[in-house]
Amino acid sequence: MALVSVPCVLLLLAGVVINECVALKSTPPAAKTKGQPWPMPSVYTTTGDTMLVTSSAFKFAAGDKTCDILQDAFDRYFGYIFYSGRRHLKSDSLRFVARKAGQPMLTTLRVDVTTECDRLYPSIDMDESYDLKVLGDQSTLTAVSVWGALRGLETFSQLVYEDSDDQEAMAFNKMNVFHWHIVDDQSFPYQSLTYPELSNKGAYDPYTHIYSPGDVREIIEFARKRGIRVVPEFDSPGHTQSWGNGQPNLLTKCYTDQTPNGKFGPIDPTVSTTYSFLKGFIRELTEVFPDKYLHLGGDEVSFSCWKSNPNITTFMELHQFDKNYAKLEEYYMQNLLNIVSSYNNGYVVWQEVVDNGVKVAQDTVVQVWKGHQEAELAKVTQAGFRSILSSCWYLNDISFGADWRKYYTCDPQHFNGSLAQKNLVIGGEFCMWGEFVDGTNVIPRSWPRGSAIAERLWSSADLRDPHIVTPRLEEHRCRMIRRGLNAEPVNGPGVCKYEYHPGL
Amino acid sequence: MKAKSCRGGPVMKSNGFVAAPGAPWPMPGHWQNSTDLMTLDPHTFDIVSNANGCDVIENGILRYKRLLVLDPDGVIDPDLTTISRLAMTIENVTCGHDYYPHGDMDESYTLTLSPDSCTLHSNTIWGALKGLETFSQLLYLTDDKKYHINQTIIDDSPRFSHRGLMIDTARHFLSVDVIISILDAMSWDKFNVLHWHVVDDQSFPYPSRTYPNLTYKGAYTPYHQYSRDNVSTIINEARLRGIRVIPEFDTPGHTWSWGLAYPELITPCWGEGDEGGPNKPNYPLHGEREILNPMNEFTYQFLDRLYQEIVDDFPDQFVHLGMDEVYYACWMSNPNISDWMKTMNFTEYYQVEQYYSQRLVDIVNNKGSYYIIWQDPIGNGVQVNENTLVQIWKGDDEQSWQQYMSEVTSLGYDAILSSPWYLNLISYGEDWKTYYLEEPYSFTNDTKLWSKVKGGEACIWAEYVDGTNILSRLWPRASAVAERLWSNQTVNNVNDAQYRLDQHRCRMVRRGIPAQPILNGYCGDYEWTHQMAPLN
Repeated sequence: MALVSVPCVLLLLAGVVINECVALKSTPPAAKTKGQPWPMPSVYTTTGDTMLVTSSAFKFAAGDKTCDILQDAFDRYFGYIFYSGRRHLKSDSLRFVARKAGQPMLTTLRVDVTTECDRLYPSIDMDESYDLKVLGDQSTLTAVSVWGALRGLETFSQLVYEDSDDQEAMAFNKMNVFHWHIVDDQSFPYQSLTYPELSNKGAYDPYTHIYSPGDVREIIEFARKRGIRVVPEFDSPGHTQSWGNGQPNLLTKCYTDQTPNGKFGPIDPTVSTTYSFLKGFIRELTEVFPDKYLHLGGDEVSFSCWKSNPNITTFMELHQFDKNYAKLEEYYMQNLLNIVSSYNNGYVVWQEVVDNGVKVAQDTVVQVWKGHQEAELAKVTQAGFRSILSSCWYLNDISFGADWRKYYTCDPQHFNGSLAQKNLVIGGEFCMWGEFVDGTNVIPRSWPRGSAIAERLWSSADLRDPHIVTPRLEEHRCRMIRRGLNAEPVNGPGVCKYEYHPGL
Repeated sequence: MKAKSCRGGPVMKSNGFVAAPGAPWPMPGHWQNSTDLMTLDPHTFDIVSNANGCDVIENGILRYKRLLVLDPDGVIDPDLTTISRLAMTIENVTCGHDYYPHGDMDESYTLTLSPDSCTLHSNTIWGALKGLETFSQLLYLTDDKKYHINQTIIDDSPRFSHRGLMIDTARHFLSVDVIISILDAMSWDKFNVLHWHVVDDQSFPYPSRTYPNLTYKGAYTPYHQYSRDNVSTIINEARLRGIRVIPEFDTPGHTWSWGLAYPELITPCWGEGDEGGPNKPNYPLHGEREILNPMNEFTYQFLDRLYQEIVDDFPDQFVHLGMDEVYYACWMSNPNISDWMKTMNFTEYYQVEQYYSQRLVDIVNNKGSYYIIWQDPIGNGVQVNENTLVQIWKGDDEQSWQQYMSEVTSLGYDAILSSPWYLNLISYGEDWKTYYLEEPYSFTNDTKLWSKVKGGEACIWAEYVDGTNILSRLWPRASAVAERLWSNQTVNNVNDAQYRLDQHRCRMVRRGIPAQPILNGYCGDYEWTHQMAPLN
C-alpha cells in the first residue's frame, strides 16, 4: 500500500510553478516540482485537491477495446507508480495508510480506446492524442488509438507522487521513433539471413557483437509495446567500409597510378551486381522491420576513390556525367530509391541527398543535420518535402554545464517560410553518435538531456524559457532514476530522494 | 553525419605503436618484456608471501586471485610452460590495522616472471600491492581463450609520491558503494591519495559527533549523509588498497551549509554597506551567508573542536584546509569587520585572511597534523608556514598554471598540480590526450624547483556529477593523469599510449567499472552490460 497522491487534474490549461533560483556563486540545490508531467501536455489544468492512490485499492480498467499493448502497459505503469526501480517504495511497507479526513480515494482509471488495437505497429501517421480526466472515481483516459492511450498512461503515472516529504526512457519522454543507425564503416553487427557473410566478416566479433534476427525482433517488439517505431538506417553509398568484408565486389576499388591500391571507397554504383545485391538485401529489411520507412543514409559521400577508378571514369563518360560525380551519386541513389519504392516502402535520407539534387519521391522524409539549419529547412520544405531536424541536437557533442537549455530553445519550426512549409516539419531526432559512447555511458549521456528535445517535439512552442521548466525537469530526472535509469544531473548541485544504485 | 572526427574506417592503426596484449598501465619504470610465453590456470594459481597475518597482503592476494580469472571459460595453453605460483618477498613487513599508507611510503617493487620462478620483491607492503596490480595486468587471453603471460622483468617505482584524485560529496552525494568502486579503479591506476572534499556550501554530509547539528541541518536529507560506519569503511577500504584518505573541510569560504546549524559562525554580509543591514546579499558581489566570521573567538573554538574530531577520524598526517575563493566583498560590506580591522591595525583585507589562516594553521599544527591548502592565500599575499603543501588549481590564458607553480615553488613551498586536470570540465572527443601531455615540470628548468613538486591530483567537482555518471566520466580519463604521475617523464607519446590505454579501459570494464570508450572499437568478447561479463 503505497501512500501516493494525485492532484485532481482536468486537462485543460497549462499551469506551471515558477521557481527561479537566485544567482549565488555557489548555486543552491535545484528546486523540484511535485507531480508535474514532462513533456508538458498541450492543455493542462490542475486543482489543489489531491486524492489518495494505494497499490491495494487501485486498478486500471480497459473499456470495450483492449489488446496486448494495453494490458502490458497497465502492468508496466502500475509498477512505475508503486515501485521504485526493482524495489518497493519505502512507504510501501506501511501497513496502514493514513488518509486525511475527507480525502477521496482514486480506485480506478478507466481507459477507453475507440479503435481496434490488436497486432498494430506504430506508424508515421499514428494518432497519439488523448484526453485524461482525473476527477474522483469518474477518472477516465480516452484515446482514439492505443498509441494515444500509452501517452496518456505515461502522463497519468507522472502525476502520481509520494506524499511523505519530497516528494526505459524514450517512452517516459513520449518519444516515438527509435532511429537505429545499425551499421557504419566500423562494423556491421546486423545479422542478415540473406547475406550472413555481412556480419560474419563485418562485425567486430561475429558471435558476441551482432544483433541476431531474434535480437532484432525483441527490440522491435519492446518498442511496439511502448508505441515506438523502429526505423533502421542502412547508410550508403558512403560509410560502408564494413559491408565490403562480407560482400566482395560491392565497394569501389581505389586506384593509385592506374593500379588498384588495396583500398576501397563507397559502394560501386556502376556495376549491376550492386543492384542485385541491394534488391535482395532491401527485400529482407522490408520484411524484418515492420515500419513503412527505411533510413537510407546518403550522407558524406567522398568522391576521391570514384575519381581514381578508371572503370568509373569510363562509366561516367558513357553516361555523359561530364566529370560531375554528384551525378553519379544521384544515379546510385535513384536506383536505390526505386528498389525501396518497389517494395512499397518509404524512406528517410540525410539532407545531402536533396542538397545534391537527387530526384526523390515526394513522400521522402529529409533529415537535416548540418549547420545553417534554418536555410536548409526553408529549402527542403520549399521543395515540398517533409523534414525532421537534428542539427542542433547532437548529444554526443558534450560540453560542461546545463547544455540541455540550448537544446530546449532550438525550435524546428523557426525559419522563414509559409505555414504550409512549417507544417512539413514533422519533428526531429536527437542523435548520439557512438565514437565515444557505448553501454558504459550512453544512458547518462542521453538522459535527461534528451528530455529537453522530447518536450520541444511534443509540447507547445510557447513553452520556451528553460529556466521556468527547470524544476519540472528536475522532477523528471529523479522520476527516471526511481524507475531504474541512471539519468545524470544537469542543473547543478542537488539531490533526488531515491538516488541511483548501480546494483539494483 | 558525424559532425566531428569521423574516423572513416576500421580502427586505424596508422599512428603509434600498437601495444601487444598484456601491456601494463601506468607504464613501469623499467619493463623488460620478452616474446617468450608462459601460461597459468588462475583457479589453481597460488600467490604466497612472507607476510602471513598481514590483512593488507592477504586481502590483496584474494582480490588479485579473483581478478586473474579473466573469463570463466579461460584455459591454460597446453603448449606452454605453466607457472603455478608467485612468491612475494617483502623486506619490511610493517603491517596492522592502525598502520596506514602515508606520504613517504616506498612503493617500489621488482617483478620477475620466468619458467623457473616468479617472484615479486618489495621493501614494503605498499610496494607489494603495486606489484600485484602490475602482475594482474600482464595476464591476457588469446582469441581462443587461452591464458598467456610473457616472461617479464619489471623494476618499478613512482615518479611522484602524491598521486591523487579529488571527489566532491557536497554538491551531489556519492554512496559508499560508488566511493569503493572509485577506490578500486584508483588502485588499478596506482593512485595513492583520495582527496575527499567532504562538505561545501551545498551540503554537509559528514557525520560530526561533536556538532551533530552540522550534519542534521547541513545534509541535504537524512539519506544523503554518511554514517560513522561509512566513514571508517571508506578509510579501511582505502588502506587495504594502499590509498591515503585526505579529508577537506574547506574554510573560511564555501561554508554556507555550516551556517544552517550555526549561523553565529558566519560573517553576516551586508546588502550595501552600512545601509543594507546584515544577512543581505549583494549579488553578484557576495551571497548572504557564505564565509566564516574571522573576528569571533567562537569561530576558532568551534574549529578547534571540529578539527580534533577530524584528525581523530582520519589517520593520515595531512588534512586539507581548503582556503580557496575567500570573497573579500562580504567582509568589506560588513561595518563590524571594518571596526574590528581598525582595532587590529589591519589596513588590507589580505591581513584578515592572513589572521584567519594563521589561527587555523596553529590549531591544526597543535594537533600534530600537516596540511594542504589551495593556492589562493599565497596569491593574496598571505604567508603560511613553510611546510605547507600548496595545491595549484588556477591557470588560464592570462596566467598559466606554470606561472602560478613557479611563484609558489619559488617562495619555497611544496606543491601539487591540479589545474589542467579538472575532469568535470568535459568536452567532445579525446580530451584525455591533453591531460596526458601536461608535464608538471614544464614551469621551469630549475631542478631545485622540480623537487618542490610532489605530484598532482585529478579533480572531479560534482555540479553535474553523481552516482549516475561519475564512474564513466572518471575512467579512463583519470588514468591519463595516473600515468603522468607514476611513469617516467619520457613516457609521453599519446599515439603509443592510446592502444595501451584502450586495453586498460577494457580491463576496467571487465573488472566491473563502466569505463567509457576512447577509440572506436570494442572490448573483445565482453562489453559493459553484456551478460557474460564474468565479474560483478
